[in-house]
Amino acid sequence: MELKYLFKPSTMAVIGVSTSQDNHPANVIYTKNNLRYPVKTFPVNPKGGMLHREKLYRSIADIEESIDMAVIAVRAEFVPKVMEDCIQKGVKGAVIVSGGFAEAGNVVLQQRLTDMARAADFPFVGPNCLGIYAPDHVDTFFLPGERIIRPKKGNVGFISQSGGVLVDQMVKFAGQGIGVSLAVSIGNKAFLRETDMLDWFAGDIETKVIAFYVEGFEKGEGRLFIQKAEQCGKPVVILKAGKSKKGMEAVSSHTASLAGDYRVFSDIMKQHCVAEADNEYELTSFCEALSCFQKGIQGNIGVLSLSGGHGVIAVDACELHGMTVPRLDPRTMETIREKVSPEIRNIISLGNPLDLTGSSVDNDIVTAATHLARDKGIECLLALLIPYSPGVSADIGAKLSQVARNEDKPMIAYVPNEEKYRIIIEGFELNDIPVASSVDGAVLMAKALKRCRPC
Amino acid sequence: MLKKKIRTLIDAHKDLGWVLEPSAKAIMKAQGLDIPEFVLTNSFEKAEQFLKKIKGPVVAKAVSRKILHKTEYQAVVTGITTSRRLKKEMERLQGLEGCEAVLVEEMVQGLELIVGAKNDFQFGPVVVLGIGGTSVEIYNDTAIRMAPLKPGDVFSMVDSLKAKALLSGYRGRDGVNMEVLTNTLVRFSHLIMALEKDMDSLDLNPVICTKDRCIIADARIILKKA
Repeated sequence: MELKYLFKPSTMAVIGVSTSQDNHPANVIYTKNNLRYPVKTFPVNPKGGMLHREKLYRSIADIEESIDMAVIAVRAEFVPKVMEDCIQKGVKGAVIVSGGFAEAGNVVLQQRLTDMARAADFPFVGPNCLGIYAPDHVDTFFLPGERIIRPKKGNVGFISQSGGVLVDQMVKFAGQGIGVSLAVSIGNKAFLRETDMLDWFAGDIETKVIAFYVEGFEKGEGRLFIQKAEQCGKPVVILKAGKSKKGMEAVSSHTASLAGDYRVFSDIMKQHCVAEADNEYELTSFCEALSCFQKGIQGNIGVLSLSGGHGVIAVDACELHGMTVPRLDPRTMETIREKVSPEIRNIISLGNPLDLTGSSVDNDIVTAATHLARDKGIECLLALLIPYSPGVSADIGAKLSQVARNEDKPMIAYVPNEEKYRIIIEGFELNDIPVASSVDGAVLMAKALKRCRPC
Repeated sequence: MLKKKIRTLIDAHKDLGWVLEPSAKAIMKAQGLDIPEFVLTNSFEKAEQFLKKIKGPVVAKAVSRKILHKTEYQAVVTGITTSRRLKKEMERLQGLEGCEAVLVEEMVQGLELIVGAKNDFQFGPVVVLGIGGTSVEIYNDTAIRMAPLKPGDVFSMVDSLKAKALLSGYRGRDGVNMEVLTNTLVRFSHLIMALEKDMDSLDLNPVICTKDRCIIADARIILKKA
């Protein structure tokens, strides 16, 4: 099954564009792609005519060029005919935005689509979905461009059973500076499912982390998912909804899937190193951390701070999330004491957490980070930077990133998320060091590395 | 692939919907798992000979196609040490509904674990390990893994139990032989993979673990409805 034309189309038809309602989903999709994306877009409406001084095609067959992908946004009962036309035309895949299928009880109609598509080897996303967002390439979300916040291009592949959760997550990703390679809302997943997406992302060089929002799998599908997740060699993050009894009931009415037994789900994800995020905050933190580091850790954390309190908060959070803040090698401590500025030598708290105090300067922080990273008992560094400390310069982010790279140890930074400190944050982020906006957030990022460790 | 012997035993219980304990144990034995020494008989003399041979307490159970939950029918008697009590209890068990024979087994002391399996809708056969005993349902201290298991999975299962200290030996008591437990669970997980199409759930409850052995003291296999 070839998905490249579906996810990276050069030409696209939007079927169901309205001549009278400009806020119809098909119109929104057509307009934004036509005006703002490189994909060549053709509007289709059986009545023909003009839309914003551009020709409306009566049928996909009337378009002279070959079409890579079709967005189908017509009423449910017309979808099979439209799909047939697409197959006839030689279109290579579709996004079916239309609702009114299994989620509304129309299981037979949905099955008809699946059967037709299987017979013709015609992959489609949906129905009942927002479809795909490939930054700088194509966007089938029927949400006006000015209303949504889009993350930049990056290396996180995100697949969601819910369109709403997907869009919301995009906002969160954008806020944290996380970039996506491709985001797909798979809706009722009548053809393309999570397991197919794992296959696609496994082979996609732009994707380094694969994240899912899942409500439930089909019979036996969880096992296949696990097998593919293990084979793909990239970290996989999953957020499961429908954990509680009420949640499970809500799932079946949402996209007509079964939520399954949550304990079994959660234990099996752990067994096979799929990083299960407990909630949406963790999902965001996990994606950010894993987009920078793809190698798992056992959970031994070294904490570096300029304030005693931050160190304590971090240690508590590490403990809560099942990580260890081990004792440092005495030689590490001795070296750090020797090498820091004489002014702070006698006031720092040497240990783990390591408190350099507010009197430290860049060089002290870099020295301490270097030797913490060299300690064999430490697998990952938390650098809790409070940028109001007078000795900390604007370059500290870039400088510490160098340390992480030179010492080949993952580092996670905490810097308050304020415009004023943007230069420090970018000093980290542009050099592939994730930055959390809270101490807890930094610990959650470390937890991501622990959750995806090879067993 | 199922061993031929196991297949025959399973097929023989299809109509009943579950596998009688002696056959369930024979299946476990054929899979290389450890079961107690036993005699299956209606003769008091044979049972008495067994009691004398074992030189320790025995357990007597009624084997009946009518009795799935044995404790509800008081169809299990533990700690029998004398011929007199054995005779009395055997007679009572034989009087229970549908009793075909009495299973007399050596009684083993050790840490009681529960090993179970179910066919999960999303993931297929999964193995459950937990601390046994009557309070198991209250604490719900269990670990679940997808079958088949690798040895490392068994270690992580034990490690995730709140009561893991009991398995490593607590307050001077013997711990559980991890090598034997690992072997038991791994073999069990392969069995349930092979039984995927046949079984609905499978309970080994309890499995009694000592520093040397893991012995399946009771086994129940619920088959899928035809």
